[in-house]
Amino acid sequence: MRMTISEKIIASAAGLEKVSAGEIHTVNVDRLMSNDGTTHLAIDMYNTLLKKPRIADKDKLVFIIDHNMPADNPKTAAAHKKMRDFAREHGIAFYEGKGVCHQIMMEEYVRSGELIFGADSHTCTYGALGAFGTGVGNTDFLYAMVTGKSWVLVPPTLRFHLTGKFREGVYPRDLILTIIGDIGADGATYKVMEFTGEGAKAMNINERMVLANMAVEAGAKTGIFEPDEAALEYLENHGRKPKYLFKSDPDAVFEKEYNYDLSKIEPVVARPDNVDDVVSVDEVGDVKINQGFIGSCNSGRIEELRTAASILKGKKIADGVRLLISPASNTVYLQALQEGLMDIFIDAGAMIMNSNCSVCWGGCQGVIGEGEVLISTGTRNFKGRAGHKDSKVYLASAATVAASALAGKIVRADRVIA
Amino acid sequence: MKIKGKVWVLGDDIDTDIIIPTEYLAMKSIHDMKQYAFSPLRPELAASIRPGDIIVAGKNFGCGSSREQAPEIIKSLQVGCVIAKSFARIFYRNAINNGLLLVEHDLLPELVTEGEDITVSVGEYIEHKDKRYDLSPLPTNLMEIIAAGGLVEAMKKKNSRND
Repeated sequence: MRMTISEKIIASAAGLEKVSAGEIHTVNVDRLMSNDGTTHLAIDMYNTLLKKPRIADKDKLVFIIDHNMPADNPKTAAAHKKMRDFAREHGIAFYEGKGVCHQIMMEEYVRSGELIFGADSHTCTYGALGAFGTGVGNTDFLYAMVTGKSWVLVPPTLRFHLTGKFREGVYPRDLILTIIGDIGADGATYKVMEFTGEGAKAMNINERMVLANMAVEAGAKTGIFEPDEAALEYLENHGRKPKYLFKSDPDAVFEKEYNYDLSKIEPVVARPDNVDDVVSVDEVGDVKINQGFIGSCNSGRIEELRTAASILKGKKIADGVRLLISPASNTVYLQALQEGLMDIFIDAGAMIMNSNCSVCWGGCQGVIGEGEVLISTGTRNFKGRAGHKDSKVYLASAATVAASALAGKIVRADRVIA
Repeated sequence: MKIKGKVWVLGDDIDTDIIIPTEYLAMKSIHDMKQYAFSPLRPELAASIRPGDIIVAGKNFGCGSSREQAPEIIKSLQVGCVIAKSFARIFYRNAINNGLLLVEHDLLPELVTEGEDITVSVGEYIEHKDKRYDLSPLPTNLMEIIAAGGLVEAMKKKNSRND
């Protein structure tokens, strides 16, 4: 067959035996997700531009408000209302105040082997379960919403072999930032990043999400893992079954293969304003911070919250530093409450936010001012991403963020604990 | 299709948050937002761009968010086309879907200086200082979408032909 996982998913969505990188195919989309970033624009187009519009299959659609949740001004409230009313009128699954869209999709919908479009760039997260998720704009979303179909250019695959085990204090977050630092912010443009090997297999689904989620930051169309027992267990725990369990064939064609020994990975940060400007935390120098953020579709799950709590327990964040924590979903939030993590955060002086995109989106919570420095577990550190155009964002693991909030400057977690 | 215009030169990795920062996305229309295009990097740029001008940039133009306001805002400034060494993929699709012409070219971004005039003959060549640089033709389906002014317009055209 000579196909990769991604080629197999696209072939099945296109109703074909075989597809190869570089071909363009019309595909049936299994599911379509859209959030309050742009859904109101798609609705406007649906209502005003199309003659006699209809939705191809309302059961494939999921609308989620997570970017400006709760609404912070009348304009966002109006956009939310439009989305809420349209969802009700058309019987579309609708969530608000429940968490970040990708976390909800993983908890409620994604199945291995599906082809999913999301009107959000981090839709690539779903590859953690072996689904092909990719981000589109609101016009592509609208087209798929009314036709049930779209077109894809079959992407070539870059394969990352992960071997070995992380050392204490090193996390998947450090690995994906290291990889992006190596291949560059356009190192995987229009390609798939497939993660494989014993190091990938040893990760649970939440950890795999950290890797798949950032694929788009290297320009990739998606990031993906082979669905295995861990994927099946995750699906079963969430009351679902896989659509397909595809593996890449031994003779599948990969454009390039990379090897990463996890035991060699160090705690790193991506410096402002480029996600591929990655250095070891030890090399970053004396960087004072004004704010820390732990959350987002990348790193707001129970693993990151536990890690942060283990560092913050019984300590106080530095004077003049704000630490904002937003669990990726209410499910995560409740679990953190039950495990006593929230007590630790509040005792340490952190602010707990509702489950939403929060500081990572830079639109409604914890926006930073001119000249301020943020260290974040979010997805991006573009110029002005978290607020003022002359503010700075460093990206790091939850451990590094928590430790830096205690120290008031960017430090390695093991230095604080020691 | 020929475009002749003055060039504005930008660097590598011009991301969607530079093209239109998050804080302006809640504004009512693209028309309201367009004065803030590229503002984190070049606050004066949006007001300086004239219809038909051409933006030239380095690699990975449009990286980041799937926000479609990014290509829409460039289109609303009546930019003739964007020439870059490479484009991020979501931005590329969004631009085509909005009828904004993108041209990939390795060499030209190294050669032009801001303020110079260039001519782009779509799918054929770029002319700069009496020198011509070849362009590969765009796939017909993409060119049809751009010529129609975007995917929705192209869909409507197709539907009316089928009616």
